[in-house]
Amino acid sequence: MSTTIDRQWTTRLRRRLVEQLPPDKALPDTQPSYVSSWIYVFGVVSLSALVMVILTGFVLAIRGPQWWHQSSIGHYVNSLHLWSVEIFFFAMVIHLWGKFFMAAWRGNRSLTWVTGAVTFATSIATAFTGYVSQTNFDSQWISTQAKDGINATGAGAFFNVLNTGQMLMWHIVLLPLAAVVLTALHVVMVRRKGVVPPFEEVSK
Amino acid sequence: MSRRNFNPDRDVREWTGAQRPYDILKEGAIALLVVALLTAGLALVFGSPDEKQVTIQQWSSADPVDFATTAYSELAGTSGLAGYGAPYNNASDGQFLGVTHLYLAKMVGVHIPIDPAQTFVLRPLATLPDAATVRFALATWKNASDTERQNWLNEYGKATLSFTHGQLVATPLSLSNPVDVLIASETAMARSGALDSAMVTGGGLYTTDYTNVLLFIADGGWFATLADHQHLLGDQWGMMNETGSYPGQAWLWLYTFWYQIHPFSTSGNADVDAWGIMMLLTAGLILVPYIPGLRSIPRRTKLYRVIWRDHYAGRV
Repeated sequence: MSTTIDRQWTTRLRRRLVEQLPPDKALPDTQPSYVSSWIYVFGVVSLSALVMVILTGFVLAIRGPQWWHQSSIGHYVNSLHLWSVEIFFFAMVIHLWGKFFMAAWRGNRSLTWVTGAVTFATSIATAFTGYVSQTNFDSQWISTQAKDGINATGAGAFFNVLNTGQMLMWHIVLLPLAAVVLTALHVVMVRRKGVVPPFEEVSK
Repeated sequence: MSRRNFNPDRDVREWTGAQRPYDILKEGAIALLVVALLTAGLALVFGSPDEKQVTIQQWSSADPVDFATTAYSELAGTSGLAGYGAPYNNASDGQFLGVTHLYLAKMVGVHIPIDPAQTFVLRPLATLPDAATVRFALATWKNASDTERQNWLNEYGKATLSFTHGQLVATPLSLSNPVDVLIASETAMARSGALDSAMVTGGGLYTTDYTNVLLFIADGGWFATLADHQHLLGDQWGMMNETGSYPGQAWLWLYTFWYQIHPFSTSGNADVDAWGIMMLLTAGLILVPYIPGLRSIPRRTKLYRVIWRDHYAGRV
């Protein structure tokens, strides 16, 4: 009986998950003493801003893409969306530079860095598709200018920035999904490996 | 791992020293609250830009001569779009990538085919009801030879356009030139708002694709004038700006930077070259942990001593 249970996909997956990310690493109650700098704040600030971006995006999605042009409440929710995006990028850039100067990839943490950097690139694409989906002068101008760069790479044949419906779908479905999955992977890797220790320096 | 193979830019001895209390959920909750309050405050104080969209009706009313000149260029095949190349047509090879001389867009081919004369002038005019003069001009144009069409276009191209008493006037021009009727009718149609409707709903009532109408507006000079006033042109770092005094896409500063400097600022291949450089730099950023030299920068610059100053001072 126990052999049968041991072989189940579910059992094996659960054991694998617990082995890779035990509860005390997933939800730690202590951290190394060297984690003592304001720079560490910008990771959780990025994550918090991402939560705000998604929540405000949800509210905008409920009433549709034209709502924020017609309602003062809608315009305020759009403002919340815009400023949470600005905070998200501000925090993410500082987080990225901080991690760079810590060489945070050391000790088999390369994939943590890679998922973070790819999340940054994905976030830029997500924000861009938002800018061209605004259905106002900004989206008209940005899309007609950006088309030249994207067309020049050949990608414009399939990724048409002048097609508002296509861009909105990328903005509210495909790219946020990618960004959230990548962020989740990134956070799991951080929890699993822990925060990179300082460089060792030989005492003079 | 043996000591001999230890690389300080790649490897690290995991921490076995002191730990201190850490409430990860409390940290997350406080951060979310602070970010929510900050966002709410910034949104309340600064709001967000929402400059109204422009229409063909506004364009043709504000600058009818620019509109008529653009419509003429679409009919004559001399507009920016008519000579664009892929993905819209085969009129040019497009841009090539730096030293590779690869015409990427041309290699992918035409996937959004647009015939400017048909899409922007002839097809919309054919939708006008009860317009015998326009129908006659369209029929004359359709039944004419290429030489006749070119002669009419040449004559119209040399004429002086003006807009007086609500009418587009091209002088001097022979009475038999159908281009005059086509462009004047298109201008009147645009000023009434009917051209916006004809071009947007050309493919049916439901649409979310504004490719044609945006390409047409972008071919004119009026649209760029508006953007110039909003500091949105390419040489104004416009790619990262938005209307008003808002931060815009500040994270695109490096991408925008290439357009400001030589040789990209004067290159016909700036778009594809800037993309190529940014793709290389992005790949470099993603792959930093695997690139010798680049991954040594943190250890050599020693900026980490600022971050871990308490640790190195023995305070933790």
